[in-house]
Amino acid sequence: MTAGAGKKRTGAAAPVTAGPVLDIAGLSVSVRGEDGEREVVSDLSLTLARGETLCIAGESGSGKSMTALAIMQLLPQPAAHISAGRIRLGDTDLADLDDRQMRRIRGDRIAMIFQEPMTSLNPVLSIGRQLTESIEAHTSLSQSEARQRAIEALKAVRISEAESRLKQFPHELSGGMRQRVMIAMALALEPDVLIADEPTTALDVTVQGEVLELLRDLQRQHGTSVILITHDMGVVAEMADRVIIMRHGRMVEEGKTADIFARPQADYTRELLAAVPRIGSGVGRQKSRDAEAATPANVAEVRDLHVRFDLHGGFFGRVNRRVHAVEGVSFSIAPNETLALVGESGCGKSTIAKALAGLVPYSGDIVIGGRNLSGLGRDERKAVRRDVQMIFQDPYASLDPRMRVGDLVAEPLLIHGIASKDERSQRVAALFERVGLSADQMELYPHEFSGGQRQRVCIARALALRPKLIIADESVSALDVSVQARVLDLLKELQREFGVAYLFISHDMAVVENISDRVAVMYLGQIVEMGTRDQLFSNPRHPYTRRLIEAVPVADPGKRRSRFARLDQEIPSSTRKIGETPARLVLSDVGGGHLVAAGS
Amino acid sequence: MTSPIAPDLTAPGRMPVKPRAGVWRRLVRRRLALLGLVIVTIVVAGAVLAPWLTGYDPNEQMFDGLTIEGSPLPPDAKFWLGTDLLGRDLLTRILYGARTSLIIGIVANGVALLIGTLVGVVAGYFRGWIGSALMRFTDLMMAFPALLLAICLAAVFEPSLWIVAMVIALVNWVQTARVIYTETSSLAEREFIDAERTIGASAPRILFRHILPHLLPTIIVWGTLGISTTVLLEATLSFLGIGVQPPTASWGNIIFENQTYFQAAPWLVFFPGAAILALALAFNLIGDALRDILDPTQRGRA
Repeated sequence: MTAGAGKKRTGAAAPVTAGPVLDIAGLSVSVRGEDGEREVVSDLSLTLARGETLCIAGESGSGKSMTALAIMQLLPQPAAHISAGRIRLGDTDLADLDDRQMRRIRGDRIAMIFQEPMTSLNPVLSIGRQLTESIEAHTSLSQSEARQRAIEALKAVRISEAESRLKQFPHELSGGMRQRVMIAMALALEPDVLIADEPTTALDVTVQGEVLELLRDLQRQHGTSVILITHDMGVVAEMADRVIIMRHGRMVEEGKTADIFARPQADYTRELLAAVPRIGSGVGRQKSRDAEAATPANVAEVRDLHVRFDLHGGFFGRVNRRVHAVEGVSFSIAPNETLALVGESGCGKSTIAKALAGLVPYSGDIVIGGRNLSGLGRDERKAVRRDVQMIFQDPYASLDPRMRVGDLVAEPLLIHGIASKDERSQRVAALFERVGLSADQMELYPHEFSGGQRQRVCIARALALRPKLIIADESVSALDVSVQARVLDLLKELQREFGVAYLFISHDMAVVENISDRVAVMYLGQIVEMGTRDQLFSNPRHPYTRRLIEAVPVADPGKRRSRFARLDQEIPSSTRKIGETPARLVLSDVGGGHLVAAGS
Repeated sequence: MTSPIAPDLTAPGRMPVKPRAGVWRRLVRRRLALLGLVIVTIVVAGAVLAPWLTGYDPNEQMFDGLTIEGSPLPPDAKFWLGTDLLGRDLLTRILYGARTSLIIGIVANGVALLIGTLVGVVAGYFRGWIGSALMRFTDLMMAFPALLLAICLAAVFEPSLWIVAMVIALVNWVQTARVIYTETSSLAEREFIDAERTIGASAPRILFRHILPHLLPTIIVWGTLGISTTVLLEATLSFLGIGVQPPTASWGNIIFENQTYFQAAPWLVFFPGAAILALALAFNLIGDALRDILDPTQRGRA
């Protein structure tokens, strides 16, 4: 914010050598559950100096979010409570405060931003109203002064036309914009401490870069101390001064960022860092692939695929706009090959998966195993579709929670009338062993497994019909890095063994580089660049591809970028009026099958 | 070629699974469910064994059943629950009335639940014109006064207990359909339903194997709520002369006959009312327990 209002302005300029802003000693948090009390944070001590960025990193269940909530005194009541330790903010012990006093501290001296900006903003109030309300609640400013301050705050987070934005509602803004509004709201009161709990996890990579840079700049200007909670070691390397690694509620290691990355002391830290997918570490399997040379019949061919959704609106609910989700996409996948589709949210990559799996109507041609789906009757189509199976992003949401996992894996066999009952259970048992589960786990229900194990169940299910193509739609995105690495290894192993082809859909360039043979980059429903992995990563031609690769945070503090690729405007939407069709991109070969959209 | 894959041992699910005890045994193990079962058993036994449990005729007006002034008797040693306005033994009437009320509360309500669930599930899953047609019809039924419809239907057919049951079933499915519709359409959007489609599951399979089990809690709640509603609806119909014909007793018409004397003879409303409440509560307790038992994610919780 510019100079003017603000009671702590002088404090912001204070030297960094002053005592810690936040001092946590011996903090333990317990949660009452089915089987009694369970400690989710144990004996955690940390200090936060003025103007410092402290990253708390760890995998799910490590207690990092509980720590944040404990500081805010917002632990879920009545199940969780602080069982030991103290939290001091400056000279105040937060545990001594009652509810009313704590409310004054929240927002004013400690602010928090959450992972999902859509759910943390009130959908029925304009952002202006929400911003001014939080300012008015904590200061004695008049309404018009508060409004002025809100506009300043929006300008500070680089939102254009701040004044007219005040009237907008959360749903009218993109995810990145919403997160910026959250940051504006958090920083409008110039708190001493900002807690950011996975602030960029729900955002696209290019937007993530921007938001992180914004946080860093604002912190520098105001001298705010930041606790950044994340699972992403790339973000840690990019942002942190100091790092705390947590696991199972305990601090495993603490140190300066450079030290942690260069000389990790704890085994767990080493494991965690080793599991982080890095661009440039992809193994050179391209060679062996090329050696096979002979072009076998493609498993799947997609030609000029279009998927459009009609939007109804107006008084009579007529179709007045249309989402051009996929606009003329063509590609083919050979047996034993992995084609990755990358792009940011809304680019149509998941829609392609759904069209291939028969979940959405499409126009164009989808040819699977030499048979064009559009010319077939229902039963024939069902038979052909057997060869295409899908693994979804969220392994919990994609398994019926009321069925035993053994039955779930056997279900495809049952539906297609394969094998007798005994044979089925033998096959399922074999599949379980193959994906790294044990056969006695067949009797369990999905909720009794961890995320990685559940995804293994989904893989076993997809494999049950021995498909020729498996579509993996963001299948490892929801998993912790160490689990992610193991699941990726499993997928590769299975490919070698069964010769199955993958259509691997992801937003994560590092993961894509790790697993794919060929890569197609999508933007607004069309492919802008397609080629082998080496072509694409060593010689990206399209500016969008370059920006995607550059935006990935690198898990190496030495390679910290001073500036992220800045997005000039919001990503345009693929919704258009009836009759308008987006301009078709023409792909031209720049050598060796490397296709790039013309005009770049 | 098949190199062993490192098993995922991060959190090895609960490994030893005890063989699933039967639903019945797990039901009986819950104290509240057992209480529900006991109440239902008592009501059913009372209905069936009524002639042996009481020495009175349910429709007999007894001379000593009224005071000199002609008002009903409060509960005493001879008439355990007192007598009604016409000097009939209330306990006997409640026992015989249970026959009617059980048929209405279970059969009529059950049929209504069945129709409602079917309409709701089909409309919610298929959407399109089938869904629209079904739901507009449901809305129409909702807007139409249920009582008027019941009177029309009852006028066409000869009044009898079974006709009343049918009429109630045809009137009462609407709310269930509406609720089930909403829930089905949100379930149909869930990812595991998409996952079922990708493995080639047919619509009936998805509907009955994957959607219906998730609707169980709602169906149970509406089923138990429906018991008291339908028992009282039967009373209304009887009161209007299109239900069970007097002097045949039903819990609803006992309340209806006597409600104007509520202040002078509160027992006449209290006992049949308590009977309806107990029956609905009993089914609710059983339903609650069944819901938990049939939901695998609740396993192991008290």
